[in-house]
Amino acid sequence: MNLILFIFIVLLGFTSYYFGRKKAYTIQSTNKRLTALPQFYGYYLAIWCAIPAFIIFSLWAIFEPTIVKLLILSDYSNQGYLDDELNLIYEKTKALSRGQFTGEITPFIEASAEKYLSLRSIAQSSKAVIVLSIIIASVAYAYKKISSNSRTREPVEKFLKAVLFTASLAAILTTVGIVFSLIFQTIDFFKVIPLFDFVFGTHWYPAKAFVRDSSEALDPTMYSDTFGAVPIFAGTFFIAFIAMCVAIPIGLMSGIYLAEYASVKVRQYAKPLIEILAGIPTVVYGFFAALTVGPFLKEIGNSMGLDVSAESALAAGGVMGIMIIPFISSLSDDVITSVPQSLRDGSYAMGATKSETIKKVIFPAALPGIVGSILLGVSRAIGETMIVVMASGLAANLTLNPLESTSTITAQIVVILIGDQAFGDPKTQAAFALGMSLFLVTLCLNIVALRVVKKYREKYE
Amino acid sequence: MIKINSKNVDVFYGKKQALFNINLDIEENQVTALIGPSGCGKSTFLRCLNRMNDVIDICRVKGQIIINDFDINDKSCDVVRLREKIGMVFQKPNPFPKTIYENISYGPTIHGMAQSKNEMDEIVETSLKKAALWEEVKDRLHEPGTGLSGGQQQRLCIARAISVKPEVILMDEPCSALDPIATAQIEELIDELKKDHTIIIVTHSMAQAARVSQNTGFFHLGELIEHGSTDKIFKNPENKKTQDYITGRFG
Repeated sequence: MNLILFIFIVLLGFTSYYFGRKKAYTIQSTNKRLTALPQFYGYYLAIWCAIPAFIIFSLWAIFEPTIVKLLILSDYSNQGYLDDELNLIYEKTKALSRGQFTGEITPFIEASAEKYLSLRSIAQSSKAVIVLSIIIASVAYAYKKISSNSRTREPVEKFLKAVLFTASLAAILTTVGIVFSLIFQTIDFFKVIPLFDFVFGTHWYPAKAFVRDSSEALDPTMYSDTFGAVPIFAGTFFIAFIAMCVAIPIGLMSGIYLAEYASVKVRQYAKPLIEILAGIPTVVYGFFAALTVGPFLKEIGNSMGLDVSAESALAAGGVMGIMIIPFISSLSDDVITSVPQSLRDGSYAMGATKSETIKKVIFPAALPGIVGSILLGVSRAIGETMIVVMASGLAANLTLNPLESTSTITAQIVVILIGDQAFGDPKTQAAFALGMSLFLVTLCLNIVALRVVKKYREKYE
Repeated sequence: MIKINSKNVDVFYGKKQALFNINLDIEENQVTALIGPSGCGKSTFLRCLNRMNDVIDICRVKGQIIINDFDINDKSCDVVRLREKIGMVFQKPNPFPKTIYENISYGPTIHGMAQSKNEMDEIVETSLKKAALWEEVKDRLHEPGTGLSGGQQQRLCIARAISVKPEVILMDEPCSALDPIATAQIEELIDELKKDHTIIIVTHSMAQAARVSQNTGFFHLGELIEHGSTDKIFKNPENKKTQDYITGRFG
């Protein structure tokens, strides 16, 4: 029903576009100059068709369920039901009307279900009638308003601006919403687990929290040694550090080669090839690390008499570094290429060699962009999940030995949230607290990055 | 005395020939102006003299360019030494994104010309003084060179070029991005610099060529149509094309 109505509105929109344009042509043919191109008249009419329909649709979607619920439950008022019970009755009614109710059917609920169905159908048909009549009224009004000197271009341009604004607002509001949901859950978590224990505790063992029966009352003392985040923070930064040790030198050098040394032809093929690395799904990197690199390192280590875990920080970090190479090389290639040729010419004309020019002129000029690309790589490394889950183990060891297994924030969030979760449980909330800390870390990184870029920016012009 | 002697120079960009059989002698310690309409090859010729065309992948240069009895197109030529001897100033001021001091010390550092900080300070000071910029920037040597005005930036580039004491300075339309006052300052400077350096300047302004140069070469469609003393070229040209160009009938 809704779909048919929607298709109908779209068709109406096209028709009104056609009629608006046609009217504009008619006006034009009587030798009057239009204030805008004819298609603006069409758009104008189509907007007058779509906007009222959209407003009614959304209002309806917001208010219809509430009103129907009120009407259904009005039958049960004054019978001494609690709010929770009323909600249950309403859910039963809905389930029965869909034929999905499996419990015991009482005559009361059966009557409500019938009433529910009839209310829904009344709502549907009245919605169709109201939407269509309002569309027709508004399009007719706008159609009459169109004349040789009416303004259509400005409203259409304003409408487009509003649409674009709404789109960006949606992105911002989503971010704000996510942050707030993180904040509230995190606050709940810290009501049970002291902040001090979380930030400075050295034992991370959330499996302990699994043992609790959720019907028991919370006993905070039980968690005193469970949610100490130091090992996983350390693990996160350690693995990110290993990754950057691989990614920064290789990425930067290949970026410089591509930008300054490679011939047009080599660059043409090499750049897309390197960028393919960025297109490999991280899960593929993950099993590459877990099944190829990890065992390989273990074998080498064993042959040298070292004790290497099959799931080592080195394997995860190394493979993660390879994953990050294309980000750094491609971005630094771009910033180096965008350094003006005049600076290179100036340096060559002084008798500088290529490497001197790169080291003393091009690299400083491109530094802000390069730092930016490195920090982007770091936040990728810290936020990367799949490789770590698969290749570096899930036990949160506090270690600085790259050959042992360790765990990261992201991997622990995965561990916590896999399977059944109970909301309001410290175990689940711990994931939010971790997510919040991850968010704060990347936020700080971004702020630092911006500061660095601003401070060391060397302007070309 | 002849400083630069070019024989049968041809330049190709890919398959397109940009210069045809150029034979031009440049007098020592004089200013030689290269004039001609846009795209006539005068800048290309200028860039042959310090092998800046090497930077362009598709560019090939044929013929001999002899400076100090040595063919710079020969394989044994060391481009780094060559460019130390032959400085260049570009059309758009292109100071490095560094401080004023570092802009000047760049060349001497690369060529290992200063043994101590004091020596370097001296080179920076004399270069800036020769470029008539010292008084304006002596209190802000450690501020970015890019913060200067357009005319000051161009004089900074000239100071940068003379910091390595080149024998020849190539100038590729050095005033085209500058206002008349800055242009007058640069022209005055060019006159001053010719005492110690041989200067070759590419310019679009015939008035400028007449003001600053002693010799002039006129290029058209990749060929050197006529060259000789500036007086003769401007007052009594032999070639009809030169006359038409000088009098503004085409170009």
